[in-house]
Amino acid sequence: MARKRYTQAINEALFEEMERDPKVIVFGEDVELAIFGDTRGLLDRFGRNRIRNTPICEATLTGMAVGAAAAGYRVVLHMMFSNFLYTGFDAIANQMAKLRLMTGGQLELPITIMSGYGGGRSNAAQHSDTPHPLLMNLGGVNVAVPATPADAKGLLKTAIRGRNPSFFMEASGRGGDSGEVPDEDYTVPFGQAAIAREGSDVTVIAIGTMLKPALGAAKQLEANGISAEVIDPRTLVPFDEDTILRSVRKTGRVVVVDEARDRCSAASHIAAILADKAFGSLKAPVKRVTVPDVAMPYAPNAEAKVFPGEANIVSAASAVAKAA
Amino acid sequence: MTTQPSGGPTPEQSLALYERMLLIRRTEEKLSADAAAGVLPGAVHLYIGQEAVATGVCMQLKDSDWITSTHRGHGHFLAKGGDVNAMMAEIWGKKTGICKGMGGSMHVADLSKGILGANGIVGGGLAISVGAAFGSKLSNDGRVTVCFFGDGAANQGVFMECLNVSSLWELPVVFVCEHNHFCEFTRAEQVTSGEIINRARAFGIHAVKVDGNDVEAVWQATADAVARARSGKGPCFIEAETYRIRGHMEFEKELLAGGKYRELEEIEQWRARDPITRHGERLVKAGIATAAQLEEIGARVARQVEEAVAFSHQSEPADESLVFDLMFAGQKP
Repeated sequence: MARKRYTQAINEALFEEMERDPKVIVFGEDVELAIFGDTRGLLDRFGRNRIRNTPICEATLTGMAVGAAAAGYRVVLHMMFSNFLYTGFDAIANQMAKLRLMTGGQLELPITIMSGYGGGRSNAAQHSDTPHPLLMNLGGVNVAVPATPADAKGLLKTAIRGRNPSFFMEASGRGGDSGEVPDEDYTVPFGQAAIAREGSDVTVIAIGTMLKPALGAAKQLEANGISAEVIDPRTLVPFDEDTILRSVRKTGRVVVVDEARDRCSAASHIAAILADKAFGSLKAPVKRVTVPDVAMPYAPNAEAKVFPGEANIVSAASAVAKAA
Repeated sequence: MTTQPSGGPTPEQSLALYERMLLIRRTEEKLSADAAAGVLPGAVHLYIGQEAVATGVCMQLKDSDWITSTHRGHGHFLAKGGDVNAMMAEIWGKKTGICKGMGGSMHVADLSKGILGANGIVGGGLAISVGAAFGSKLSNDGRVTVCFFGDGAANQGVFMECLNVSSLWELPVVFVCEHNHFCEFTRAEQVTSGEIINRARAFGIHAVKVDGNDVEAVWQATADAVARARSGKGPCFIEAETYRIRGHMEFEKELLAGGKYRELEEIEQWRARDPITRHGERLVKAGIATAAQLEEIGARVARQVEEAVAFSHQSEPADESLVFDLMFAGQKP
């Protein structure tokens, strides 16, 4: 184990996977210099036949990923900010999410799309979005939302080695966070949630960027005599229902924390699953801590007003824990 | 216009071009009749009148070369060597369909023949073809990708992006724009500024215009374009002028409720330039075939279409459980 930053762990995963399989290629806007630092250094090591800057043309990049995958490559496409997924959405929603079924299983599309998501840093609404709920709704793509450096590395490797299109949502604001990362070659399987903190009074399910404030909130709650179990789903598609249901059957009280806008968020989907499959165990209504249905404002104070933080989680969890 | 230095097709190739065009035509005439009878499960967009483009282009390609196609894709599928039985069964929604009944008319694909698929999104094949060509360039595998699209798709922004990146990276892709004069239910001139071919030239792409109703002209233009692309000289662009004889889709009369976007006389003028009749006359004139021999080909093709229909009717309906098995590779949805 060694302490590494989130971005550094992602960078290592890319180096190791490109080393391991010559069919892994990386392309996207500015990947050679890499504003997030995640693809930095790959050019010197692998050359432009493996990693290459593209024009700014997202509609083409996502379609090219499909074509290059059909031609036998394991494609890693970096879309920079996840808002730019929207400009490339035709080939995501109409092609890569559907072509395997539509071709009767002839096409296999090992594509990993990386993009930074989330707000909190005055990037304003066009660089702060959280499109994972849209992606979850497409049906044919995996969605990974790693919260820690170790999971970022392990999940990215699973995505790259996989047989299906996978979205690797990078927590933009968490790039500098550090954590212990195993030294050996390892992967983190899709569809296995992590129990980030054990507890008995309330289950806090925290998605991606929200894990850190959720763990902070759990400490505060403990001081108030409330024991919170914090669960990190790690991937939203596939989704580990079992781990969450087990915890909810134990605590009977749930808060789901998601940086997406509330309406049709991952949080609301999880709440629906719990209503469906854990109704008898629930002692209080499932509470969601999300972003209101607004665009992320620029001004730091206005952004802080709508951005979910420790205080919101503490307040929601306390309310849920006290509910009769 | 650039003309080709290479010779025309051999007599055998000329006959093969004729037979392939006729197979597309007869297959679609049957689909048209079945659509009118209301027995097909979904909509069909017919290629009647444009057969010379798909045939002239695809008969210059190897099985290993890629094509991307359009919503009007039956012709490209058959021209590239796709199996007519499997295509017909797909349109009928059968288990034996080339995509097991999961795609239908607008999505026929056969990877073993390099057919990356027809596509229901106008312009949807453009970037896929560029990606496949990028793969070929990286692998240096000598494959060429042909991207079929229409004058309608040329107005999509992704078209400009694809011209830029394929020219920039000298990708082995041949863009074949089938200018059939209609963007769905709208005349091309109403929605298109300038000449489409000039858009390709603006990116330094070698571009030619060809009579898309003359299969030998298309065949020759493609020989040149494919040779250039295969030898590493980057993308080529062919604009083939042709005409959509049928509507955007069958059943459109009912949909448009009496509205129309063209006159019958225009259709008749283009019927007089029918690519199959024209090529047949040329074969007879050149002494490559007699009228009787052409009739023999016609009878053979008719039998093939009948067999394809019978095959479809006899096939079992699609396996419903595949919806869950095929969404992902090795994973449940």
